[in-house]
This record gives sequence, structure tokens and C-alpha cells, in this order.
Amino acid sequence: MLTEQERHEIDEEVAAVRGHARAAVVEALKVVQRRRGWVSDDDLRDVAACLGMTPAEVDAVATFYNKIFRRRVGRHVLLICDSVSCWIVGYHALLEHLRARWGLELGATTADDRFTLLPVACLGLCEQAPAMLLDGELYGNLTPARLDAILATHE
Amino acid sequence: MPDLREYAGAGGYAGLRAALKMTPTEVQGMVKAANLRGRGGAGFPTGVKWGAVPLGPAARRPKYLVVNADEMEPGVMKDRLLMEGNPHQLIEGIIIAAHAIEAEHAFIFIRLAYREAAERLRRAIAEATAHGYLGENILGSGFSLDIRVHRSAGRYICGEETALLNALEGKRPIPRAKPPFPQTVGLWGQPTVVNNVETLCNVPHILRNGPEWFRGLSRSADGGTKLYGASGRVRRPGAWELPMGTPLREILEAHAGGMEEGYQLRGLLPGGASTDFLTPAHLDLPMDFASVMGAGSRLGTGTIVVLDDRTCPVSLLISLEQFFARESCGWCTPCREGLPWVVRLLRALEDGDGRQEDIARLEEHTRLLGPGRTFCALAPGAMEPLQSALHYFREDFTRHVTERGCPWRKELVV
Repeated sequence: MLTEQERHEIDEEVAAVRGHARAAVVEALKVVQRRRGWVSDDDLRDVAACLGMTPAEVDAVATFYNKIFRRRVGRHVLLICDSVSCWIVGYHALLEHLRARWGLELGATTADDRFTLLPVACLGLCEQAPAMLLDGELYGNLTPARLDAILATHE
Repeated sequence: MPDLREYAGAGGYAGLRAALKMTPTEVQGMVKAANLRGRGGAGFPTGVKWGAVPLGPAARRPKYLVVNADEMEPGVMKDRLLMEGNPHQLIEGIIIAAHAIEAEHAFIFIRLAYREAAERLRRAIAEATAHGYLGENILGSGFSLDIRVHRSAGRYICGEETALLNALEGKRPIPRAKPPFPQTVGLWGQPTVVNNVETLCNVPHILRNGPEWFRGLSRSADGGTKLYGASGRVRRPGAWELPMGTPLREILEAHAGGMEEGYQLRGLLPGGASTDFLTPAHLDLPMDFASVMGAGSRLGTGTIVVLDDRTCPVSLLISLEQFFARESCGWCTPCREGLPWVVRLLRALEDGDGRQEDIARLEEHTRLLGPGRTFCALAPGAMEPLQSALHYFREDFTRHVTERGCPWRKELVV
């Protein structure tokens, strides 16, 4: 069940797109994900009802975007860039460090639910490669030591 | 980042004031005369694009101007720098472009990772609205416009303009068939222009200083300046605004500081992941649309990715093709099925399971996934670095077969 607050936020998004309710679908999914971390089947049906769409129509959108999660994720989601610029200057070393020091595997969540690690396409931070997106925040010029310092502040 | 007062103090919004005294057709004429070509990668003349929009009282309303700020091409970061560094410049460009096509609503379609840029744009929009540059009856001209920032949720195909329109409408963002083109049937079926961020950032300066001045900035037939970039093993990765047609060597040596200590230049992608490789033999090439095309590649976004001599070209192609395979929208079969197959062939070579005929099979794919075989430009774009790598780095591919694995990955040598 969506909370009153979530319904209110979705209604505001619908009002902002003036007569095109389904144009608010990506924002509505983000509203749900902001508090719950991901979008469950039940949440998806609730969003569909708010927007006058079928659940299948909403899922066609939700499954398309790589930053809408249709499966449970950890408390922190780390998206590591594996595109060319990062690939050249240190992606592999970071990936290996995440595995060895933090027990993170691509596509997996740690047993304590602390981190989910996912690959991501170019983050547009190529002049500061290698880069990652952690809980929506961009980080560049990463080294194993800098990574450790950042991850340590994410319990 | 300059606020509105600083931006206006430096001449900002003077281009808009000039534009509002002209008719839409006159504004289009200025931009055509300036030889401004689209900076999103395709290089289509901006004024010509605007010219296909129906004008006047008989035209269907509303009309839309959509800004493509989805920048997800690997190796490209120029639009982020423009939006973070000077959001009012983009806002002014949007208002002028909207006036030129008589649009009443504008959208900025921005990728989710660019949170800082989105916030700065929203602040700039609020400031501009408070000062009468946006909203009803802008500066008393009778022209009205609002701008809405739409933050996406991550998918490369959204940068394809018709997929972007589907995304804005809340549909699954697969590309649409063209024609009809967005200028007549676009967002919600209405006349729409989709322009890249950097393209629009040029527009205020053309209106303020004139087309001749703009053309004079360039070292080539294409007007203006260009935001060039460099990433990879160069000393100073970054982006620089330089005259259009600045030679590759100047960008890489004078601005990017040359190669990092211990690395040699092996090749480069001149304008993002979907452009053909060039080699050190091309260093004197002017970076403009015609010159780069003449060398067998494309200027694309003008942001260079440098391949050094200690990075395996086959491995780099795995990164590139894996990106395209993952980002394929799945709508048409050659792209959906062909790109993962290309990745498997490359992986086999890299892991020592490749055979000589796999190289021929990769070559075959560059034709089967080439222009005209797929619904949109994603797969043909993916084939550009592959076909040129097969040409320039042929021996590296062969060595992966004869040495049963990647010569760069010592631990894998059998």
C-alpha cells in the first residue's frame, strides 16, 4: 500500500504534467523507490492505479530503465562505470578491490544487506575516470583507498 | 557558476532581447547563416531543423522544444560541464530556440546521474522566471514559454530523439519510425524540435554577435567553437572550448598535455564510443565534420577517447560492444541478437577460445548490423569502432587466436 505522503507526491507529479498522467510514470516510480529502495509488484499495481495505466504498461517502463529496481537491493546501491574511459584507467582494479576487500560481486547484494553492486554505462565523468554513482551521488578519480574512505561512511 | 545577475552583467540575455525584436523566420535565418551544426553527434544544420516546423496561425498548437541532455555516450561529458558551469546560457538558448519555432513549452530531458546539473538548471529557471525571461509575455514581447526539467532513469537509447519523446510521454522508450519527423509529429503528436545542450548554448552568442562573427570563430567551414574533450591515459583529461576545426594534435598535446608517462598513443575515438577509430597518422586532422568524415570516421561529440599501447584493443572493444549490447532497446532483431553475439565472439578471442574464422564473423556483423539494417542508429554506431579496429588493429585480433588468448593478460598465457 502506498502511504498518504507517496500518493500526495505522485498526485503532484501528475498535476505538473498537465493532462498527461502517464508522463508522470517515471517520477511516480522514483517516489516509491525513494522510500522503499525498490519497486515491488504490489507497489507497481498501486502506481498503475494512480496513473490510470495497467500494471503491464507500468512494468514495460519500469523494467526498461536501469535505475528503477524491480528486485530488492541493499541499503546502498553502488553503480560502477565499466565504459571505455573508466575501463582504460582503472575499472578492473576497483572491481577487484570491491571483491577482495568488501566482498562485493557484480549483480549481488551483500549478506548484511549493506551494498548492492551493479555495472552502469558511462556516467559522464570521463575526465575524472574511474567513476561511480553511489546512492545517486557521483564520485570520480577513484582509487582503492578513496573507495574505502567513501564506503566506510555508508553503513 | 554565474547567477542571473552575473550572467546578464557579462552580456547574458542580450541575445534574447535581440531575438525577441525579430520574427521567428529572421531568427532561423541568423542561425542558418551562422552555419551552426548540431553538437549532439549527427551535425545536422540547426537552422534547417527548425525550418521544418510549421509556423504562423495555421500551425497546430501547442508546439514543443525539447532539450536532449541525456548524454550517455561513453567518453562524453561536455554537456554536463556546460549545464553545471553556466545554466543560464542554456536557458537563454532554449528561449531563443522556442521563439524561433513558436513553441510554448520546453522540456529539458536530463539523465539521472546529472543531479547537480538538474538542480542548477532548476534554480536558473526559477531566477529567469522571477526576472521576466520566462513565463507569460517575456520582456513584454507577447511571447510566452515555460521550461520543465525531466530527470530520466538511465538508458542510452533515450538519447535517440524519438525514443526520448516516447520516454517523455511515459511510454517504453523505443525509437519511433521516421518519417514523420518530430518537427511535424513529435511530442504527443505535436510539432517538436529536439536539440542538444551544446547546440543551444551557441545560439545566444549568434543572436548577440551575428552570424559573421560566429563563422569567424571557426577554423573550418562549420561555424563557431566546439567543446572538445579527452579521456584515457592523457596527462590532463578534460574538456576545452576551441575553434571548430582545431587539429587533433593541438587538442591532445597542448590541452590534454600529451600521453601519461610510460604510455604511447595507439589510436583514438574522435567523438565518443560510436565513432570509428583513428590512428597517430591522423594527428594533423582538423576536428570538424567534413575533415573527420573524410578520414573515415565522424566528429560525433568531439570528445576524444585515447587508446594507449598498454591497453588491449580487443579488450577495449569488449567494453564498447558490451555497452551497446546492454543498452539495445530490443525492438529490432539484428541489434537485440547481433550485439550480444559480437560480445561473445570478442570474449572468446580474449579468453583464448577464439578461432581465425571468428574474425571473419565479426567482420560479417559489421555489415549485418550496419546502416539500413536496423530500426535506429544504435547498432550501426556500435559497428563503427569494431570495423575500424578490425582494420587498424588486425594483427592484435590475429594474435589473440595464434597466442590462444590476450597477449596483454599475462596470467592467461597458456
